[in-house]
Amino acid sequence: MIPLLKVDSLKVSIRTDDGTARVLDDVGLTLERGRILGVVGESGCGKSTLIRAIMGILPKGASVDAGHVWFEGENLLVFSEAELNGRIRSSRIGFIPQDPLLALNPVFKVGTQLLEAMRWHAPDDGTRGRERRRRHVERLVGLLRRMQVPDPETALERYPHQFSGGQRQRLLIAASLACAPTLVIADEPTTALDVTTQHQILLLLRELVGEFGLSLLFVTHDFGVVAELCDDLCVIYAGQTVEAGPVQAVLQAPAHPYTRALLACHPDRAASFVGIPGRVPSPLARPAGCQFAARCGEAEPRCREASPPQARARSGADVRCVQYA
Amino acid sequence: MKPILARLSRDLPAMLGLGVVVVVLLLAIFGPWIAPHPEDASASHLLRRLKPPSADFPFGTDNLGRDILSRVILGARGALQIALTVVVVAMLIGVPLGLVAGYRSGWLSETIMRVTDVVLAIPQLVLALALAQLLTPSLESAMLALSLTYWPFFTRIVYAETRRLSASLFVDALRGVGAASPRIVFLHILPNALSPVIVRATIGLGFTILVAAVLGFLGMGATPPAPDWGLAIADSRTYLPRAWWYATFPGLAILITVMGFNLLGDGLRDIVDPRLRRSR
Repeated sequence: MIPLLKVDSLKVSIRTDDGTARVLDDVGLTLERGRILGVVGESGCGKSTLIRAIMGILPKGASVDAGHVWFEGENLLVFSEAELNGRIRSSRIGFIPQDPLLALNPVFKVGTQLLEAMRWHAPDDGTRGRERRRRHVERLVGLLRRMQVPDPETALERYPHQFSGGQRQRLLIAASLACAPTLVIADEPTTALDVTTQHQILLLLRELVGEFGLSLLFVTHDFGVVAELCDDLCVIYAGQTVEAGPVQAVLQAPAHPYTRALLACHPDRAASFVGIPGRVPSPLARPAGCQFAARCGEAEPRCREASPPQARARSGADVRCVQYA
Repeated sequence: MKPILARLSRDLPAMLGLGVVVVVLLLAIFGPWIAPHPEDASASHLLRRLKPPSADFPFGTDNLGRDILSRVILGARGALQIALTVVVVAMLIGVPLGLVAGYRSGWLSETIMRVTDVVLAIPQLVLALALAQLLTPSLESAMLALSLTYWPFFTRIVYAETRRLSASLFVDALRGVGAASPRIVFLHILPNALSPVIVRATIGLGFTILVAAVLGFLGMGATPPAPDWGLAIADSRTYLPRAWWYATFPGLAILITVMGFNLLGDGLRDIVDPRLRRSR
């Protein structure tokens, strides 16, 4: 069976005043139906660009140079803006944006905004006009109740600033599910929340995936969140996938030196505050060979000569490192 | 709406401005019924020309014996008509241009903004005079000239707001849920950018009345015998040493109306944008 979402050697560059920056350089990931895939990486490694490339909302000046985004067997990259709006966004791919404080338009009631999306993108159930809208309200109220938003009936009549951060994130999750998509893409949805709220939201997401038959692409920089929520894991470094595999396998036996270094930095595992020496290479001037070689404790001369091949580690994860070639 | 009024009511100058604006509005609507001599819009009574203010004619009479009070009241409608038309037309031109220039980037956006800069660089009155001179002198050409010189103010404001808003996350989210660009720009960004536009429009109403009076004074606006404030001042020049009331009362009408709109606009701005609040 074909995977729900498969990103294939995707390359994206952004034109800047200082030259062309290759932000994504050969990213690949596979999301099977009904699973939760966590995409992990440092700030600036290209996580957000990856999401935007999948959804076709890359910022101005960015272009896809190579690769494919296969969604249910179709290459999304060849779709026009109108086709994406008409057939993909909301209706088949839901989107949970990063910051719930800023993701809603402050001048409209929550209900107005959520129902607007449903009016255009919800599946056709044969009803029209007022009846269709009534059904949408019904579905939304049901979703909000499921999301544990207090007073779901009156919530639609309130403005975004009348909700707390956690409640707003629940609203946005409900919104992403409103048109019954098969894939939901979440861009660090819990970063702006405090830890207890974050935990509740993660539990809720986990339940929803089973309940609505969803698949979830979850972007984060937090391994703790990945361990709690995800089935599969994909580690990105400097715009490249360096390790991908089932969460248990990767966390127990991290194969790539970068994954090991990242995990060693996690406060739960490290005895004291540690980091990875050096800096992420600038996307404007990528070094030859392995992108991580300059910061890698295990680097060999051949690492700096040619790009390391994709290989399979003993844990079952796909790794981009010469050690496993 | 209610909180705006409540906050406005604590601002004395703004309330004064609101009062003036309401009075001018009422005069514009009910002028012909309020004015003691509504027929003086066009009639002339040469027997009672240039009479000083008295019980019968509180503001005196002009060179054709017409009641100046009536003509000041009747002039409110014309002044407001000009101001509203000019500001609305300028908004209809300027706001969409600002939205497009702010949301898009590239040559179209650059072209719009450079043209805006060029028009803004020339003083509005000078440009309006030049335009009005090119067209035949009439009220319509004065309004056209003023509209064509006032739109860049709206383009600038809307451009800046749109630039800021189009980088905001809710616009990203809207694109993500599949909203088309026109929908994002007109239904989501525009309402967010509207408050500074309303403030600018309020101040613009006063300013336009002033500039329209100047055009009338210079003979490029309203044509006699229309009861226009600027025209009345122009006519009064010949009689100035003898008939002080002839120029004074239409002049006061302009002064008070323009000040009313400006005070109201300042008050609205203080509410909409507290960063610009003056210390008083």
